[in-house]
Amino acid sequence: MVACRAIGILGRFSAFRILRSRGYICRNFTESSALLTRTHINYGVKGDVAIIRINSPNSKVNTLSKELHSEFVEVMNEIWASDQIRSAVLISSKPGCFIAGADINMLAACKTPQEVTQISQEAQRTLEKLEKSTKPVVAAISGSCLGGGLELAVSCQYRIAIKDRKTVLGTPEVLLGILPGAGGTQRLPKMVGVPAAFDMMLTGRNIRADRAKKMGLVDQLVEPLGPGLKPPEERTIEYLEEVAITFAKGLADKKISPKRDKGLVEKLTAYAMTIPFVRQQVYKKVEEKVRKQTKGLYPAPLKIIDVVKTGIEQGSDAGYLSESQKFGELAMTKESKALMGLYHGQVLCKKNKFGAPQKDVKHLAILGAGLMGAGIAQVSVDKGLKTILKDATLTGLGRGQQQVFKGLNDKVKKKALTSFERDSIFSNLTGQLDYQGFEKADMVIEAVFEDLSLKHRVLKEVEAVIPDHCVFASNTSALPISEIAAVSKRPEKVIGMHYFSPVDKMQLLEIITTEKTSKDTSASAVAVGLKQGKVIIVVKDGPGFYTTRCLAPMMSEVIRILQEGVDPKKLDSLTTSFGFPVGAATLVDEVGVDVAKHVAEDLGKAFGERFGGGNPELLTQMVSKGFLGRKSGKGFYIYQEGVKSKNLNSDMDNILASLKIPPKSEVSSDEDIQFRLVTRFVNEAVMCLQEGILATPAEGDIGAVFGLGFPPCLGGPFRFVDLYGAQKLVDRLKKYEAAYGKQFTPCQLLADHANSPNKKFYQ
Amino acid sequence: MTTILTYAFKNLHTTSKWALRFSVRPLSCSSQLRAAPAVQTKTKKTLTKPNIRNIVVVDGVRTPFLLSGTSYKDLMPHDLARAALTGLLHRTSVPKEVTDYIIFGTVIQEVKTSNVAREAALGAGFSDKTPAHTVTMACISANQAMTTGVGLIASGQCDVVVAGGVELMSDVPIRHSRKMRKLMLDLNKAKSVGQRLSLISKFRLNFLAPELPAVAEFSTSETMGHSADRLAAAFAVSRLEQDEYALRSHSLAKKAQDEGLLSDVVPFKVPGKDTVTKDNGIRPSSLEQMAKLKPAFIRPYGTVTAANSSFLTDGASAMLIMAEEKALAMGYKPKAYLRDFIYVSQDPKDQLLLGPTYATPKVLEKAGLTMNDIDAFEFHEAFSGQILANFKAMDSDWFAQNYMGRKTKVGLPPLEKFNNWGGSLSLGHPFGATGCRLVMAAANRLRKEGGQYGLVAACAAGGQGHAMIVEAYPK
Repeated sequence: MVACRAIGILGRFSAFRILRSRGYICRNFTESSALLTRTHINYGVKGDVAIIRINSPNSKVNTLSKELHSEFVEVMNEIWASDQIRSAVLISSKPGCFIAGADINMLAACKTPQEVTQISQEAQRTLEKLEKSTKPVVAAISGSCLGGGLELAVSCQYRIAIKDRKTVLGTPEVLLGILPGAGGTQRLPKMVGVPAAFDMMLTGRNIRADRAKKMGLVDQLVEPLGPGLKPPEERTIEYLEEVAITFAKGLADKKISPKRDKGLVEKLTAYAMTIPFVRQQVYKKVEEKVRKQTKGLYPAPLKIIDVVKTGIEQGSDAGYLSESQKFGELAMTKESKALMGLYHGQVLCKKNKFGAPQKDVKHLAILGAGLMGAGIAQVSVDKGLKTILKDATLTGLGRGQQQVFKGLNDKVKKKALTSFERDSIFSNLTGQLDYQGFEKADMVIEAVFEDLSLKHRVLKEVEAVIPDHCVFASNTSALPISEIAAVSKRPEKVIGMHYFSPVDKMQLLEIITTEKTSKDTSASAVAVGLKQGKVIIVVKDGPGFYTTRCLAPMMSEVIRILQEGVDPKKLDSLTTSFGFPVGAATLVDEVGVDVAKHVAEDLGKAFGERFGGGNPELLTQMVSKGFLGRKSGKGFYIYQEGVKSKNLNSDMDNILASLKIPPKSEVSSDEDIQFRLVTRFVNEAVMCLQEGILATPAEGDIGAVFGLGFPPCLGGPFRFVDLYGAQKLVDRLKKYEAAYGKQFTPCQLLADHANSPNKKFYQ
Repeated sequence: MTTILTYAFKNLHTTSKWALRFSVRPLSCSSQLRAAPAVQTKTKKTLTKPNIRNIVVVDGVRTPFLLSGTSYKDLMPHDLARAALTGLLHRTSVPKEVTDYIIFGTVIQEVKTSNVAREAALGAGFSDKTPAHTVTMACISANQAMTTGVGLIASGQCDVVVAGGVELMSDVPIRHSRKMRKLMLDLNKAKSVGQRLSLISKFRLNFLAPELPAVAEFSTSETMGHSADRLAAAFAVSRLEQDEYALRSHSLAKKAQDEGLLSDVVPFKVPGKDTVTKDNGIRPSSLEQMAKLKPAFIRPYGTVTAANSSFLTDGASAMLIMAEEKALAMGYKPKAYLRDFIYVSQDPKDQLLLGPTYATPKVLEKAGLTMNDIDAFEFHEAFSGQILANFKAMDSDWFAQNYMGRKTKVGLPPLEKFNNWGGSLSLGHPFGATGCRLVMAAANRLRKEGGQYGLVAACAAGGQGHAMIVEAYPK
């Protein structure tokens, strides 16, 4: 039970969802005047209730910074000292955000673990004082209440939250490679029970307000209000404040008890957790699960378990001490630097650097109702885009429509949507076999089969019916966009939008611009991608663009390694233990062997020997036998409906045997195999930067992690070079170069970094 | 069945006596009031339009509105509807065969009598040659019945229409679960014993969990009371204001009942029970008593309580509508004209109950009248909070500009002309029947108080709303 709740730490990274902190944290440089006017927190008094308002200046979100912390201490001291005030309400003045978490830059600025520990201890002291306050404090939560914000809220005597989609509570620290360092590890287990607390802290998941109420994380819910005499959002916050005030008064008058009635299951769990043996079992189970999921690559989850354990077994003093120390240690780890780097990269890739497009895309048309086309439709209709899904055949179209419906219906089952919302969203989709309505389209995304002549035909057909302003985007994983655009009457309107499968799960969108693509076309494509909820990298055109191009040499190496006699299962376990979410052989099956073959051939032609290595014949033979991977039921593995455990496809033995090559023992240790894969990936990524395909290393890291599953704990290829050391990587490449030749020759930019140790991709 | 019919026949005698007594009243009263008519210059002398038929209400009646689960609890909806129809026949003495068409509104349908209008008409002794249909539009179903009738007459298809509505909340259809229904239907089709047994083996105990109808929006799954509470909060309507308004409604209803002003009520001899002569939900209380109640929907801090909401009600209403020339030819003295009307709809989530705010200015503009021209306002009171929220919305420039596309606010209806004889909060609210009650209250008030124009407005589930102008028939 506990164990299965703690599942999916690694899985979470593919859905790395940190919602907060869009903007950067603005430092408050007016420290000297802070005594006179407070800039982050202020309070007013209504009757005998103090209303404490949080409002970080010049930012869309509130973050727990040093300034906010010190002002909070000041304000609380005044409130405690005042005779007039009997209770308090803590509320944010920012719509959609209570407190989004601690200021990451504050942690990043620390040089030693001791500095971070000190920050943690200060926060612990403040929150402990707050927890013991004799004047009740009610946290009125509207919007994201995450990390340090949640730790602050759970230290209050009572919590009231708005029941809307924006209001989420959670402890996402683990996703940044750290732990809740302001008493969260100690308070949460007491508040929601040990199993639920582990689940929260180990997955970092966001909890919606209604669920938080059921868990006991909040005490009351307030429904959002509609239009009245003021804008709904404004009045809702005002109403929240009014409700919070009545509860604050009730608490001060002892008319309301802050204690919550626990359900039977909760009581039983709580009772079970008083038995030391049960506790030990729970720790053991959770730890096992975490080890299995993280492969020991992420230190934070284990430390979280450790800290919680310390608090429960040795008392809260020891728990707090352990929490602050481990917090300090974790903040200095490579993993946490890598994860925080990804976080910053993600914030960057959620912006439209081309500015607002001249015309908003409202009508979207998608050609091809295959897996990709329907996936793109699915992420578009629920954002309110009127979407046409066109296919050549009724069966193909029907399959695509069903895919969209199923995607929405699954959300209904998970209660993320109501059936009514599903229906009204689904009505944004029009399925058709002809070009009717294309004259209104603002953008057409084609997702037809990867065949240049087909794409040319489609482009010509579409250009005959679309209006002048309409953007033509091609969803291709390897065909150069400029070649597709060659037959266009208006190449400035042609762009590449490379989605990743499954579209509704994968966050990345790679946008490819050609020399001729206009800035406004790019702006339109990015705007649509952002609307679809994607993290976006914009790259230059070229064979394989960025993502496919990095993956191809690694895949070539996968084939060589298999040819050298390494079992696909062994290869999978080597890659996953390096931090890839999916094993290399499984990845080929998932992508589709035919697609892999296609890409290998195309890019092999374009880049020649550097992309060599494995014999593409392997893929050719697999395709001819119909081993296309998961979609055909057979690839390296056998896939059966309803069967979870994968078995090797024994028919592959013949193919592998016929193409067997002898392994080279000097480069065939487990570690070498891992590095042969990763160094080829990294080398190609750096070459993309060198050639200007990539604009920034940050985009390269985001693309690799979110599109290709590059180990998040390494932070992406560029962060990896920085943290691992360019010299060490070059040394490895040279070793493999000696064994295999040109495929491992380090590129110039990487060599430059190795030669001057001060050069870093991230300064 | 036969027993019910015999009861009904017995009833005819008793009801007729009552009906006579009641129908005499208004005539005797009106002379007193005519002495002091509110003289006011109107924007328009009348709403009669050239080349358009005038449509009149000859008269309208209703059964007493009862709290559900009381005297009507063993009836079926068509029984109540029939009582209203027979009451109307007695009140107006209209020859049954003259009626061209019958339309009833209802919300929660009894599956056995899904076209309740037809079943009730047949039982009430209308000609079996008179067609009847049933309409549904939540709380404005009876309004829809009336305006459908208006449309039939205006377009020249009919001359005489009976419109009404019925709701019996004492009994609602509670269904088997979908799974159980499917199992039973499949069992019906199963041919062999083996098929039956294999189907029965699929039965699980949870199939027996019933499906209850809820007064909740299908689109949002929110109950109406909950929405009303949020609406009240959005417009910052306090609990005290709501309780005060509810108290006003109950006090006025009590006064009207005591003074015999509720002349549209016809007594109903309930089979096996005593004759019901008056509404039983009127219960003026004190603010202190009301303040003690806990919120009913948003607990524990909401403001909508049982005391400031309309209650579940059983009742039926019916009304005789005719083309003016037909009514005059038949020697009737009509009570009122039915004039311009409008239906509106808006967001069912956050503006569920704001129909009157949207409908009022539109219908006034359509008729070419202003708020000042209206002598009698009859608004449907679903909740105190809903009425007061509508007031605040109508009184707000900000709301008018941002949500209604108007430059200025709608303006407040003067309270002294508003629901003077009580409203749905106190008289009760049988969903399908309220519309006719509103129109008859407006018509009777205009006759009694001497005004010319009445405005009827109501909100309904689905975020819809309705308003209609009623013009007093010249005496």
